Amino acid sequence: MTSNASASLTISVTELTKKYGRVFALNAVSIDVRAGEFLTLLGPSGSGKTTLLMAIAGFNRPDSGRICFADEDITVLPPHKRGVGMVFQNYALFPHMSVFENVAFPLKLRKISAEEKHHRVMEALKTVQLSGYAERGIDQLSGGQRQRVALARAFVFGPKILLMDEPLSALDKKLREEMQIELKQLHRQLGVTTVYVTHDQREALTMSDRIAVINEGELAQIGTPREIYNRPANQFVASFIGESSFIPLHRNDSGQLVHESVAVLPVPNEETGKEWSLVIRPERLLLEKPKAKRTNGKIFFDGVITELVYQGETAIVMIELGNGKIVTSRANTRAGDDVDSLELGQKVSVSIDKNDAIVIPGGTK
Amino acid sequence: MSWWQKAASETQVTHRQRVWLYILATIIMFLLVIPTVIVIPMSFSESQYLEFPPREWSLRWYHEYLNTPRWVNATITSFKVATLTMLVATPFGTMAAYGLFVSGGRMSKMLFFTLMTPMIVPVILIAIGTFYVFGRIGLVNSIFGLVMAHTVLSVPIVMIIVTSALRTYDLNQERVAQSLGSTRIRAFFEITLPQLKFSIVTAALLAFLTSFDEVIISIFLSGGGNSTLTKQMFSALRDYIDPTIAAISTLMILLSTGLMLSLQILGGRGAR
Repeated sequence: MTSNASASLTISVTELTKKYGRVFALNAVSIDVRAGEFLTLLGPSGSGKTTLLMAIAGFNRPDSGRICFADEDITVLPPHKRGVGMVFQNYALFPHMSVFENVAFPLKLRKISAEEKHHRVMEALKTVQLSGYAERGIDQLSGGQRQRVALARAFVFGPKILLMDEPLSALDKKLREEMQIELKQLHRQLGVTTVYVTHDQREALTMSDRIAVINEGELAQIGTPREIYNRPANQFVASFIGESSFIPLHRNDSGQLVHESVAVLPVPNEETGKEWSLVIRPERLLLEKPKAKRTNGKIFFDGVITELVYQGETAIVMIELGNGKIVTSRANTRAGDDVDSLELGQKVSVSIDKNDAIVIPGGTK
Repeated sequence: MSWWQKAASETQVTHRQRVWLYILATIIMFLLVIPTVIVIPMSFSESQYLEFPPREWSLRWYHEYLNTPRWVNATITSFKVATLTMLVATPFGTMAAYGLFVSGGRMSKMLFFTLMTPMIVPVILIAIGTFYVFGRIGLVNSIFGLVMAHTVLSVPIVMIIVTSALRTYDLNQERVAQSLGSTRIRAFFEITLPQLKFSIVTAALLAFLTSFDEVIISIFLSGGGNSTLTKQMFSALRDYIDPTIAAISTLMILLSTGLMLSLQILGGRGAR
């Protein structure tokens, strides 16, 4: 089990559409997954991300569109011929078999010799740190251990594609975070193309090479975690990943975006719409010292504190601007930042660096 | 403090406050069990007639049962019919339950209820209906006809048991098996079936008992050399009453409780 790019396949999904009744579970979705990539399908429940994963696994047949592994069209190939490893949310281990038998199941189907089988199962169990557990029953394992068995079973036969459907959602927070790192390391070690479904944006940011954000059956944006977080393409992505405040902007005739008759930013692209929104990430909106010098590289807002929430390492400060819009700032609680002296109703100024300002087309709801 | 002043449960209700409940429960148990159990002493009577309590004890009616060809033949017929019914109803019922459960949707709900109707419709109606139809196609008085009719009664029972087992079963296991390279049919036999085993055995035994204990359809459809034990008992009761009936009843109770007990024991092991 060495890292090796030829041990993985590309997946290309082209114009995939699936309807349930009149509802589009998937509406002409196209995604290319690179060989060896860890791609996450991220979206709220009912967005179609699981439908897409199940179509790749072969458990539902799309109404139209194509799915290819490398150059081979597998859109209607039955699941058992696809050779993908799969991990389900609830593990789906076989309770009437031991850990060894569970992991050996795909090898048994491939008629691999007993000796080789034993070797590979033990190797896989070692990879997921369950070496001493081969003879255990499934009911003797903890949730985290079950998850590891499910993983070992999914990659023991050397699939070139791994599919995972919210595999960590049944674990508690701490274990989940440990497993995220382990999964990432395992992926690096195996080098296998991985498609991972989750509704947890932090999990997606932590683990993925790229994230495909799915909403209402459509691909909202695809990109690296940094791209998705720093340059969300629309309001849905901006509000689903990370926290955001939105401030309406208008485009004036000279191609500047204007807030309260102050030109703040140039229009970033060719779009011609009049209505734009400024997306503000709370940790990038800084509280200004009174009478601080207003430099050109920043956008300033004045307002009144309406809510203060102390959360340990940071504090959330909600500020109502003159036009009734509320923006959120996440402030450090270091002594120098004077967060402790803030009071409800106090007038404050906040600023955002123009390099941190995100502008998206469309008005603010 | 005597036991009846102690709390009977977490609720602080004492045994004393619950005495009425214990009495009521005893009476109900008594009424449920007595009619069944009363035949047992009656079967060991020396008397020509059914009497309780018997004045003298003997095994003569068991001898009578085992040495009368009419009874022996009827018993063999009943076992044959019940075994065949079990062998037909169990796979059919299991397949129906699995198929309808997996496909889901409104259509399969309707089909499910259609297959359940033999449990809801009075058996006498089914008996009259099958008698009429089987009369036309020459299946009355045949083992095959009886097995068919009893299968109709047993399939719903098998379906109910297997469906409830499927409800707690995670179908993703079959999906995983498929993704790991197993065909769907193989996934069913290697993954699903072993986990439904206990429910299917239960269903099979209940299918057997359903047929074995069934009277009404048997009265209509069985006769002559193919009379079932229940039909023979019914005729005997009408014509002449002697304690052979009690002896046979006792043996039937033994068979039924024996099967149920073995299920419980199997179940205890299955649950572990």
